[in-house]
Amino acid sequence: MSKYLIKRIFYLVLTLFIVASVTFFMMKLMPGTPYTNQEKMSADQLRIMNEQYGLNKPLIQQYFIYLGGLLHGDFGTSFQFNNQPVLSLIMTRLGPSLQIGAQAMIVGSLLGILLGAVAAIRKNTWVDGVATFFSIVGISIPNFVLAVLLQFFLAFKLQLFPIALWDGWSSSILPTLALAVAPLANTARFMRTEMVDVLNSDYIELAKAKGNSKWQTVAKHALRNSMIPVVTIIGPMAVNLMTGSLVVENIFSIPGIGEQFVKSIMTNDYPTIMGLTIFYSFLLTVIILVVDILYGIIDPRIRLSDSQGAH
Amino acid sequence: MADIKIPAGSFKPLTQDTHEAQEKISAPSLTFTQDALRRLKQNKVAVVSLIVLLIVMLAALLAPVIAPQSPNTQNVAYANLPPKIGSGNIPGFTGKMNVGGVEVDKYQQAGVPKGKTFILGTDYLGRDLLSRILYGTRLSLLIGILATLVDLLIGIPYGIVSGWRGGRLDMFMQRVTEIISSIPNLIVVVLMMLVLRPGLLSIVIAIGFTGWITMARLIRAQTFQLKEQEFVLAARTLGESSTKIAWKHLIPNLSSTIIIQTMFTIPSAIFFEAFLSFIGIGIPAPNASLGTLLSDGQKAFRFLPYQMWYPAAVLCVIMIAVNLLADGLRDAFDPKS
Amino acid sequence: MANILEVKHLSIDFKTYAGNVHAIRDVSFNLKKGETLAIVGESGSGKSVTVRSIMGLLAGNAHIKGGTIKYHDEDLLQKPEQEMNALRGSDIAMIFQDPMTSLDPTMPIGKQVAEPLLIHKTMNKEEAMKRAQSVLELVGIPNAKARMKDYPHQFSGGQRQRIVIAIAIVDYPQILIADEPTTALDVTVQAQIIDLMKELQRKIETSIIFITHDLGVVAGIADRVAVMYAGKIIEYGLVDEIFYEPKHPYTWGLLNSMPTLDTAGRLEAIPGTPPDLLDPPKGDAFAPRNPYALQIDVEQEPPFFQVSKTHFAATWLLHPDAPSVEPPAAVRAMMAKYQAAQVQAKVGTIDG
Repeated sequence: MSKYLIKRIFYLVLTLFIVASVTFFMMKLMPGTPYTNQEKMSADQLRIMNEQYGLNKPLIQQYFIYLGGLLHGDFGTSFQFNNQPVLSLIMTRLGPSLQIGAQAMIVGSLLGILLGAVAAIRKNTWVDGVATFFSIVGISIPNFVLAVLLQFFLAFKLQLFPIALWDGWSSSILPTLALAVAPLANTARFMRTEMVDVLNSDYIELAKAKGNSKWQTVAKHALRNSMIPVVTIIGPMAVNLMTGSLVVENIFSIPGIGEQFVKSIMTNDYPTIMGLTIFYSFLLTVIILVVDILYGIIDPRIRLSDSQGAH
Repeated sequence: MADIKIPAGSFKPLTQDTHEAQEKISAPSLTFTQDALRRLKQNKVAVVSLIVLLIVMLAALLAPVIAPQSPNTQNVAYANLPPKIGSGNIPGFTGKMNVGGVEVDKYQQAGVPKGKTFILGTDYLGRDLLSRILYGTRLSLLIGILATLVDLLIGIPYGIVSGWRGGRLDMFMQRVTEIISSIPNLIVVVLMMLVLRPGLLSIVIAIGFTGWITMARLIRAQTFQLKEQEFVLAARTLGESSTKIAWKHLIPNLSSTIIIQTMFTIPSAIFFEAFLSFIGIGIPAPNASLGTLLSDGQKAFRFLPYQMWYPAAVLCVIMIAVNLLADGLRDAFDPKS
Repeated sequence: MANILEVKHLSIDFKTYAGNVHAIRDVSFNLKKGETLAIVGESGSGKSVTVRSIMGLLAGNAHIKGGTIKYHDEDLLQKPEQEMNALRGSDIAMIFQDPMTSLDPTMPIGKQVAEPLLIHKTMNKEEAMKRAQSVLELVGIPNAKARMKDYPHQFSGGQRQRIVIAIAIVDYPQILIADEPTTALDVTVQAQIIDLMKELQRKIETSIIFITHDLGVVAGIADRVAVMYAGKIIEYGLVDEIFYEPKHPYTWGLLNSMPTLDTAGRLEAIPGTPPDLLDPPKGDAFAPRNPYALQIDVEQEPPFFQVSKTHFAATWLLHPDAPSVEPPAAVRAMMAKYQAAQVQAKVGTIDG
């Protein structure tokens, strides 16, 4: 297990290194300059600015300075946004994003598991049809369209929620809903497939042959066995939520990192774009690693064959 | 038992040829593809989706013919006109709007000549929305299809080479895909869009570049299985070249995987285009795509909701239809699931 | 001996895309207390469907067209689901075919073995775990106490089948149904499992229905044998009668295709394939593959002809008007050997 873990962490670091390098050089290729009112600046001013941000040094040197900084948690300084250090900019905006993301993931996966399980148990009935149709619609409707629809009907027309404002839990409901639908639909589809497989398996028949009623069989044997693999889609789900957060945070004016990312793109704020790219990759790789470890813990087949092996 | 009437001669042994006649298999045999298509035809949802998609594609293809006017023609005088059909008797297409509690005939206000109508209204620059949606759908579908092609062109060879060669090369190629897949693809797309100049080509490259991983993975796994099978072993023993084996034996056997995965790639490419255009780094103005239309529509959405409704509806219909069809295809080609 | 189970005129259809498959066509048999009945047939002959209908575990597209299954004077086919749940795993238990897939991969085996006891509230949890352990010892799991917490993947195939058997017998069932319990196992392990089942039958005094396609296994375990073909029983009798005085050409074919120590050269297979049960043939379903087929076989279904008090076969060859035919050489050799043994046995009893 520990050997496996070390290997995984090595790849994690390697991945982040590659991401950082690629991002750095891509940013250097980017057209346009980072300064908002460049037209008004004199050549001298530009030179001073470049010196201040270290942009006058050779590219390779800039690269190593940047990598060195990353090792100390120094993501550079934002060109915009009051010259804040990028890391602190990310940290101040992390809270709302994490809150909405976590809420959406919990709501989405729990409801998704429920929906998928019901669909599998009632396979090939109208219940299954409705559930399948709903999950395909859920996957199909882009989350930004959904966000705008929710905003229009529930906030603007019915005035049940604030339209676009970050103030208290109630303002997190609509963005959470907008983000949760895709994970919900994905989980439901995945869960249904797994559960149909499990319900067709021999051990479920044996469970019935033991005298378990239909519901006992589901509760004691089918649910656990079909839920274990669902853990594996947490990774893709996290990606989905990250993508969604960029627009959903914008639409609902939530001061999160997604909104920040879009803003930075609009203003050519390289250090922030780079910092956020690395941060997103870090988040994702860590989530995938944690999910893999978690999977090993909850699935006895992996857990035991890895640590002690067969007798 | 004894009272059963048995005709004389019944106890003669049967002649051999009746045996053979009776052993004939009477059911007609179907090939795998025929069987899959038969299953697909039985799936009403998939058939309806396919028809809807064909209609949308036809409309997009014929955009230059059926669009009432050029999608980029501006006429600020006619800006933000609501939808109107004919003389405005159909609810929702009256050309009137509720402004501060008063029903106002926008067409009259703007001085539009009698008889001239905009079926789906106009946008803030007075451009005909129907024409823009037709052209936008065309562009979005084109991007979806082109990006999927890029995805196929990278993913299939990558998967086949990785699976066919195996060993160290496979290990290396696997690591590469692992690393790429641990970067959120959205971020790669965004970064590429920043570096390349916004436009059709860069969107296609950016989406295609990040989308091929899943395809490569599936193809690799399948190739691994196929290469151990007898017909491939036989071809190898007979000294056929790897390229020939790939074309003659692998691709045909991979085709159902490819078809199904392609059907899942197209909607995600369409989604990415819409997404990029929505946050403003996709298709540059004045060209219309479903994404830019949505983005424009969202800005005036609270007061002129129709500008958002129609592009959103078209996008959703396309996405739902493709996904339903993909689902049907998967069921048809993979009856187990 | 009293009958513990009586199956009468059972007919079952399966609804498929292609139409109704007549999987079971008027099957009747009974199971006596304490005996082992083997049901033999090719795959698709309906033997598994028959026993699953006793368990009430038919697939959703199955439709019982007619017949009764009497257990303690009650028709199992009429029982509501709840009462069937109460019988399953306690009165009637089943051993499944594939030990590799029959155990829940995520539950410790001790808990899985104890589960029937807890469902039927036979005993409390502590006692149930104790019973589970003793049954695991009984079926020959070494170091059972320590291994109660292990998961299925930590056991070998043979051990897993022993665990599956432990689950079936843990509540001391009246009827034990074994659906090809040895098919997925190595030959040596097969023999062990058969011995184990015989021993267990003595210990817990149960009746066994043993399903197999392998006549070789039958000789070692069964008291009586029923041979199934195309959804029907075509011959049944005591195990000796089936082996040494078989009457149905299909039984001959089965015996002929069974390897024995005397087998020289290649094994004889039965030519052809079983009929399509979507549309079963009018006469004897075996006629197209039957080298001894008569004209009447394709016109009319043969009734059961009685051979002895315990032995019946459904073939027109037993009709007084039928021409007499000789079974294949291998079967004749087997019959001759048996008669010799019979004579010797008689001599032996006279001597003793």
